Amino acid sequence: MRLPLPWEINMNNKKVIQVDRLTKMFGDFTAVSAITFDVEKGEIFGFLGANGAGKTTAIKMLIGISNPTSGKAKVAGFDVFTNAENIKKNIGYMSQKFALYDDLTVRENITFFGGIYGLTRKRIKEKSNALIEELGLKDVANKLVGALPSGWKQKLSFMVSLIHDPKIVFLDEPTGGVDPITRRQFWELIYKAAHNGTTVFVTTHYMDEAEYCDRVSIMVNGKIEALDTPKKLKEQFKVDNMNDVFLKLARG
Amino acid sequence: MGITIRNISKSYKNVKALQDISFNVKKGELFGLIGPDGAGKTTLFRVLTTLLFADQGSATVAEFDVVKDYKSIRNNVGYMPGRFSLYQDLTIEENLEFFATIFGTTIEENYDLIKDIYIQIEPFKNRRAGKLSGGMKQKLALCCALIHKPKVLFLDEPTTGVDPVSRKEFWEMLKRLQLKGITILVSTPYMDEAALCDRIALIQNGKILEIDTPKEIVKHYPKQIYNVKANNMYRLINSLKAYEHNHSVYPFGEYVHYTDSRTDFNTEDLKTYLETKNLSNIYIDKTVATIEDTFMELAK
Repeated sequence: MRLPLPWEINMNNKKVIQVDRLTKMFGDFTAVSAITFDVEKGEIFGFLGANGAGKTTAIKMLIGISNPTSGKAKVAGFDVFTNAENIKKNIGYMSQKFALYDDLTVRENITFFGGIYGLTRKRIKEKSNALIEELGLKDVANKLVGALPSGWKQKLSFMVSLIHDPKIVFLDEPTGGVDPITRRQFWELIYKAAHNGTTVFVTTHYMDEAEYCDRVSIMVNGKIEALDTPKKLKEQFKVDNMNDVFLKLARG
Repeated sequence: MGITIRNISKSYKNVKALQDISFNVKKGELFGLIGPDGAGKTTLFRVLTTLLFADQGSATVAEFDVVKDYKSIRNNVGYMPGRFSLYQDLTIEENLEFFATIFGTTIEENYDLIKDIYIQIEPFKNRRAGKLSGGMKQKLALCCALIHKPKVLFLDEPTTGVDPVSRKEFWEMLKRLQLKGITILVSTPYMDEAALCDRIALIQNGKILEIDTPKEIVKHYPKQIYNVKANNMYRLINSLKAYEHNHSVYPFGEYVHYTDSRTDFNTEDLKTYLETKNLSNIYIDKTVATIEDTFMELAK
């Protein structure tokens, strides 16, 4: 492991997402209202909220594809106002809709996304082999992705979102519809990525997914109304699962 | 009987979507079909709603045969498919009017059945369906599936992609419909919704794993489950998986659900082992099986 260079060290080295009063207005409508939070390196952070609470708008600002109206935010060390392009290079994104190419093979998909992120041929080859090995996809590496069962696709899609070693990976409802065993395998991959220092930012409607997160924030009408570990939130609201925490907050 | 299913099988090319499925749904029952994507849930719905022929077996819905009496079935069932299938560029009111007319009825005639649900979306009745939120679309789809007063209601993953508040409201609506005597077959990939059904069938890879009430199904779990927690989740999972006596190891929110293969399992042994793996703050305690645990044990 190399030592950090002097300019890489700063006081908030552990914080990979810093959000300060971030706001987005559409005309008179405040979609995101002065949200403030930090996410640390290697943390699994759950970002929850009802339909229309402002989650998607907030995430679009964090991944550098929507300009905030006011406030400040730094993602992977880069300012969302002035340095959005560098944010995109340093994050991974996995959509709830399967986003790999069904008519490319497993290997071709990995090569394609590796290429998009500017990895060298050599690095792509190393990454492909490691990834195929880890997911146990050796026998199907040259098969079309479209022919794989949905659970395998989802695991592959997650690993591909990590291909360029991003500092943060954004997951949008990662395990919807997957069978319970595959879901666990998926969360084991997430724990592993987090253990290796990747920050995992998860949005979901399913509160059992929220229970896996280190900390969880809940948005209601554009504001973050709760932010803590699942355990503390359950204590605070005197309920025994995250679903009830959510219902209490969102129903008022 | 609300629905009878006898030895139904259906294949697509070389995929066996349904393999010898048999079960009954009683009249007035709220029955859940619980399984992941690709389990065969939608195929079964399509067979029962006369949209697809089974390769083998027979089925009746509201006493009508799905092949011989398909026309009667179509008049007597409501079907809410998994994908939103209303007309995006008709308004709420126009969609409802359209479905009422198709079934030769009017909104007024069966208004009492949909009233509870419709009043929640009525303020937006001039909004086009394509512009509605997920929760509102789902309520409109349910109204349209009910407008001809069906005897049996088929709901294919009605809550997928819907937030917890709307999901809860949706299940409360189903309970009220059930009180009105409607037989309901609902599918979901979410095990927590299973507990809200009278009886459930767990389904995977086209096969039924188990059918019973949610309370009984968890009693069938063969082992004592332990909640295990420690200071590092990733190392904890790896250590438990490497432990020679484990029977199953599954992450479960803030805990890992662990079962041991021995009959004389002692939690102190496990604790000592985990300590040798440099884990600290170790917590081990008994917990009860959930439907998800049962599903995983059966699917193993």
